[in-house]
Amino acid sequence: MTQNLQNVIAQAEAAILGKPRQIRCALACVIARGHLLIEDVPGVGKTTLAHVLARTLGLQFSRIQFTSDLLPADILGVSVFERDNNQFRFHPGPIFSQMLLADEVNRATPKAQSALLEAMEEHQVTIEGETRKLPEPFFVIATQNPSHQIGTYPLPESQLDRFLMRIQMGYPDPVAERGLLSGTDRREIIAGLKPQMDAAELLELQQRAKKVFVSDALLDYVQALLRHTRESAQYEQGLSPRAGLALLSAARAWALIDGRNAVIPEDVQSVLPGVVSHRLPMAGDPADLIEAVAIP
Amino acid sequence: MSRELIYSLVLSVLMVTAPHAPHLPVWTSALGATLLIWRSYLAYSGRPLPGRSALLAITIASLFAILFEFHTLFGREVGITLLGLLASLKLLEIRNRRDAMALIYLCCFSIIVNFFYSQSLATGFYLIATLLVITVSWVHLNMPASAFKPRLKVASTLLLQALPLTLILFLLFPRIQGPLWGLPQDAYSSKSGLDDKMSPGSMAHLILSDDVAFRVRYKGHVPRRDQMYWRGPVLWDFNGTTWVRGKAGDVVPPLLSDASDPVEYEVTLEPNDKNWLFALDMPDGITVPARLTYDFQAISPKPIHERIIYDARSELSYRANLHESDAQLARALRLPPNIDPKTIALAREWRAQSSSDEQVIGHALAYFHNQNFRYTLDPRPSGSIDEFLFSTREGYCEHYASGFVFLMRAAGIPARVVTGYQGGEYNSIGRYYIVRQSDAHAWAEVWLKGSGWRRVDPTAAISPERVERGLSTVQSPGLAISEGAAWLHGLRMNWDALSYQWNQWVIGYNSENQQAYLSRMGLTSAAQRIAYLALILGFIVLLFALYMLRFLFMKKTDRAQRAWLRVCRKLERAGLPRLQHEGPQDYAMRVAASRPDLSFNIHEIADLYIQLRYADSKEDKARLDRLSSAFRP
Repeated sequence: MTQNLQNVIAQAEAAILGKPRQIRCALACVIARGHLLIEDVPGVGKTTLAHVLARTLGLQFSRIQFTSDLLPADILGVSVFERDNNQFRFHPGPIFSQMLLADEVNRATPKAQSALLEAMEEHQVTIEGETRKLPEPFFVIATQNPSHQIGTYPLPESQLDRFLMRIQMGYPDPVAERGLLSGTDRREIIAGLKPQMDAAELLELQQRAKKVFVSDALLDYVQALLRHTRESAQYEQGLSPRAGLALLSAARAWALIDGRNAVIPEDVQSVLPGVVSHRLPMAGDPADLIEAVAIP
Repeated sequence: MSRELIYSLVLSVLMVTAPHAPHLPVWTSALGATLLIWRSYLAYSGRPLPGRSALLAITIASLFAILFEFHTLFGREVGITLLGLLASLKLLEIRNRRDAMALIYLCCFSIIVNFFYSQSLATGFYLIATLLVITVSWVHLNMPASAFKPRLKVASTLLLQALPLTLILFLLFPRIQGPLWGLPQDAYSSKSGLDDKMSPGSMAHLILSDDVAFRVRYKGHVPRRDQMYWRGPVLWDFNGTTWVRGKAGDVVPPLLSDASDPVEYEVTLEPNDKNWLFALDMPDGITVPARLTYDFQAISPKPIHERIIYDARSELSYRANLHESDAQLARALRLPPNIDPKTIALAREWRAQSSSDEQVIGHALAYFHNQNFRYTLDPRPSGSIDEFLFSTREGYCEHYASGFVFLMRAAGIPARVVTGYQGGEYNSIGRYYIVRQSDAHAWAEVWLKGSGWRRVDPTAAISPERVERGLSTVQSPGLAISEGAAWLHGLRMNWDALSYQWNQWVIGYNSENQQAYLSRMGLTSAAQRIAYLALILGFIVLLFALYMLRFLFMKKTDRAQRAWLRVCRKLERAGLPRLQHEGPQDYAMRVAASRPDLSFNIHEIADLYIQLRYADSKEDKARLDRLSSAFRP
């Protein structure tokens, strides 16, 4: 199992050059049953990351390009009357997939956005009074373009909370970029990727991540972090208990990826920037938070 | 109660009570010793303790015995006797922890009682040892399983830890003026020392006493030995055998004229229970409240019941009371009627031969020098001056002083006997002089027209060494300090020097010294001082509270964390401090990167620490302790 995980990482790193952190964060999100928001300019590999992950993890993949005229039904699906058997039949939308890439999620209207976000939260959709379970595993990667805000509906803070992590891809470093420019076309590489595990294995990993041990000492540390954001004048508002839970589940997944069965402070520190950056409005570098709090 | 603990308690009681044996009735010491031996035997044999009725009977019997002996149940001696006996009896009924605690407290209290009798350095050392024994018993009571060595270590540590507080309290706690808690009068039992009367043989017991009368440290130049005459009571009236001070008639105040050759010195006077302060001939000033009598003796307004330190100034060259009152001059010529006719005849003969008083004095000194007089501390008894001057011709200072003054008066020269001390022993370690009771001396003063009272020491005419080198040379001529005794003498000098410091700085730290010391620190008013004392005590209590609080929180820091923090401290000293937010894994990697030699050790420790602190692991905590202790960055 761990070996498979290592293979996943190795293959993803070979396909996406110079982004090991982002790969691990995304993977931790998947394992922690959370969702990922990538905020960056176009063309830095957001879509590639989603594709690579989906293929490597052996997940069924679909993609929605969010536009201003996108309707909830375009995401969730719609019941269509079928003349042949004289009844309505539900045509599932793209959300009924194991991995969904919601591209430029801020360009859709809040109505469409909330349809996605509610589904993300509850792992189910209710259409026309009927509740339908989403497939398991279910993982959403949403992307957002921070610039060109005209005509967009940025996700409100309360909605951002639905994402376990928000990361940035960033430009590749020169070496990676060189490799990118000189190497084969990414699309060909992605097409040639082989799944390194299947959905069942991923579900098992998700179960195992829940059982990663968290000691009292570590809880002390997490609480100290939360307390600091609530007490320090640097933050407009502190982290919520849900943020604390998110931090813990992400750290558990990170520990599992690192091959450990217990969370250590370093795990928390690794996932902390991704987990807290969109939950602490107007708060500079998350690294400041790490440095401000002593490990008890 | 373990057998060992009982022995330890018996030893505590023994050490606390033993110093009282010399000043308590013999039967109480015997009874106390019997009780202690009995208790030790019971512990040794494992026999049961005596019943309550037996103990009650012993207690009541001892109470009656004490009542019979002292006729009271109050007072210092009675109190000490009761304390000692009850402590011994308590030992016989120790059944549980509480009894042992009570006994330990009793022993601690009894320590202070010992200072009623002696505050010497030796006593101090002895009682510190006693306190250590008591503390070891105490520790034993609380750590029954421990061996002797760790017990001793804990007890010593406790006492050492108490030291700073002790010092602060010593310096700041208001000194009690006068003796502790107004000691009862019997505290001032008769001490050996000079008397204010003199008869043949009265000084003999003094001269054999080694007790220190006072110690002197000269400031500036040191007078010659034959100038070190420490002036005590001046005796005027003679009844044929005894010289007494007598009653003065009309007096003129003491007045020094043509005084020169001043000498300044500091005297640490042992208690003498008299009002006398000793100063060199002739005293000119003294720093403690004192007055000079008409015959130049320094007198304190209060009896000297405790050691005092004073500075004094004397003039070695002087003319004293050039204009003495007629009444006093007449008094200095008075002789009892119809005694010692031969002496009077001799004096008259000299008078007839001489043209001046000085010549008469010369005749007398020559007589002592030439007529085969002998200086001895063990003379044949001589009933009268006649007998001494014409037949026995043996004696020591008081015989010579008495005989000389008698001769002078018979020859018509006003004369008086001066008693005091002469010389002293130099302590080269402490650079001071020790004047002992054995340096007690008597000499004469004659009044000469134009030069006032002048000292004449007839003893110097017979035994100049007595004056020039001290008494010990006279006692065993040529063998003052034998080879074998040299180191003993050195030891004695060392010990005395140490005692001198003890007296100066510890016992001598009285309320005036404290006042001066605290004033120098800027604390002048009593309120200020109390405020500072409270502040310091409060601060200490606060520190203590914080220290205890630390322990409260220490519970949260588990053993693994303590070991890890120890490692971090070691690395910090080695120049690799852990950042506060740095986790064990990151830190270990950073340390390993900058100190590859530590790579293996730090990773082993960090991994084990992670296992113990963050994982649900059953790893051995002791192993981490060992690793962290052995870790040497």
